[in-house]
Amino acid sequence: MEAMIQIRDVTKTFIGRDNQVEALKGISLDIEKGNICGIIGMSGAGKSTLVRCLNFLEKPTSGTVLIEGQDLQAMNEAQLRKARTEIAMIFQHFNLLMQRNVQDNICFPLEITGVKRKQARKRAEELLKIVGLSDKAKAYPAQLSGGQKQRVAIARALANNPKILLCDEATSALDPTTTKSILALLKQINEQYGITIVIITHEMAVVQEICNQVAIIDDGNLVEAGSVEEVFSRPKTKAAQKLVFQGARRMEEMRGRRCIRIVFSENSSFEPVIGNMVLACREPVNILLADTKDIGGIAHGQMILQLPEDPVTAEKMIQYLKDRNLMVEELEDYVE
Amino acid sequence: MWNSETVMMLIENTGLTLYMTLTSTIMAYVIGLPLGIALVVTAKDGLRPVEPVFKLLDVVANIVRSVPFLILLILVIPLTRLIAGKSYGATATIVPLTIAAAPFIARLVESSLLEVDKGVIEAAQSMGASLWTIIWKVLLAEARTSLIVGATIALGTILGYSAMAGAVGGGGLGDIAIRYGYHRYDFGIMWVTVILLVLLVQILQVIGTKLSKKLDKRSR
Repeated sequence: MEAMIQIRDVTKTFIGRDNQVEALKGISLDIEKGNICGIIGMSGAGKSTLVRCLNFLEKPTSGTVLIEGQDLQAMNEAQLRKARTEIAMIFQHFNLLMQRNVQDNICFPLEITGVKRKQARKRAEELLKIVGLSDKAKAYPAQLSGGQKQRVAIARALANNPKILLCDEATSALDPTTTKSILALLKQINEQYGITIVIITHEMAVVQEICNQVAIIDDGNLVEAGSVEEVFSRPKTKAAQKLVFQGARRMEEMRGRRCIRIVFSENSSFEPVIGNMVLACREPVNILLADTKDIGGIAHGQMILQLPEDPVTAEKMIQYLKDRNLMVEELEDYVE
Repeated sequence: MWNSETVMMLIENTGLTLYMTLTSTIMAYVIGLPLGIALVVTAKDGLRPVEPVFKLLDVVANIVRSVPFLILLILVIPLTRLIAGKSYGATATIVPLTIAAAPFIARLVESSLLEVDKGVIEAAQSMGASLWTIIWKVLLAEARTSLIVGATIALGTILGYSAMAGAVGGGGLGDIAIRYGYHRYDFGIMWVTVILLVLLVQILQVIGTKLSKKLDKRSR
């Protein structure tokens, strides 16, 4: 089956007065219909430019973008505008019309596609129900919280029944609880309407929460791509590792010492492995990072341990963990 | 000095001042509003960058604005005659007032529209909005309070200009102030006209501020 979005060798160079910035250096990526694809990278990596190439808010310098096989480059302005009505987008700062109330904000894209006012109102009502804000139809954006504004933006994005929803750092301005609820809403939309979702973020947690596909962008290049499970369990590149180990605040202390990273899969979560290992080896370990994430309904945990200085004990511990079918990875040369 | 004739004269000329100010402001907006929109749209990072057009508008706006109004008033006399049939009186004054105010208004409109959040414009583009939709429903609609504040400033300034036009027989309160105060040393009437001008500006300002506040949905 043909992919919903096909990105082929896309480059984008911004030409300034006396310098050139290569934001994208040749990116190719396929996103299948119905997927939730996370595009993750540090700020300045080029991910926001890439997502704008998917609706041609930025025209790529070279390369092609195919949406359902249609080449955006080949379209004239009117065709492109029509294509955009099927590729909705939400933003970090919501970008609602501040002088229109919630209901009229949702009607705005319907005005663009020429839907009759009465019908548009009805559609807005339905959408408000979906995002759980039926009581806020007459409120103005300034009266809403960040999470509510993003819900309105989502309702607005869904108004014309898009095939694709692009999310540009859509949860970056929200607190963790609100982020979770917005992500849950996006997942629900993906499941109910089969909308392909592309999520731009710098937070691995967002990708883990709802994506099934991930692409890691670093300095304008696509450095790693695949299923979230695969990339999370075995990050191959430095850029990927940096993102996966996000939140490990005590990273500096680990430099030059012997540290290992363990990844738990679903069957090992129940046995107290570390406790048993410490008992067996009669030496304590220092837990530097531990967290568990639900990736696609399966519990995945990662833990970073600092081993005792005695090399014999350290070896023994690694062997102990390997014997229990855990993925063990040495982090000795890992530098933040 | 306070006979009914004087009072009638003051009332009549207050009316003339208002007539000149309001008519010129409206005419100046007819010219200045599209120019202001064009300045924003054709600018380098605008919706349709057209450098030569932007440069031309930019330079013309600056030239007209840098000519002192009193000089402009005299410079455009031939044009005033052509349009209004004569070069003196309230109606004739509307011509130079409009010419002087249009570039000023274009700048006011430009600065109001530039205040509109780029993100909201981007959002409209991402929905497939056309240029006209963005101008009408995003730029002008979102900037409306700022545009009204600008219009209030414009009215005040044009009112001031119209008083200046009195110097060359333009009619209105400025004309009275100069004729009675300057030529006849009748400071009483001059002061009354000054107070009337101050009151007019105050009233316009209060209406403008109230209206812009009422229409602004961003607070609360």
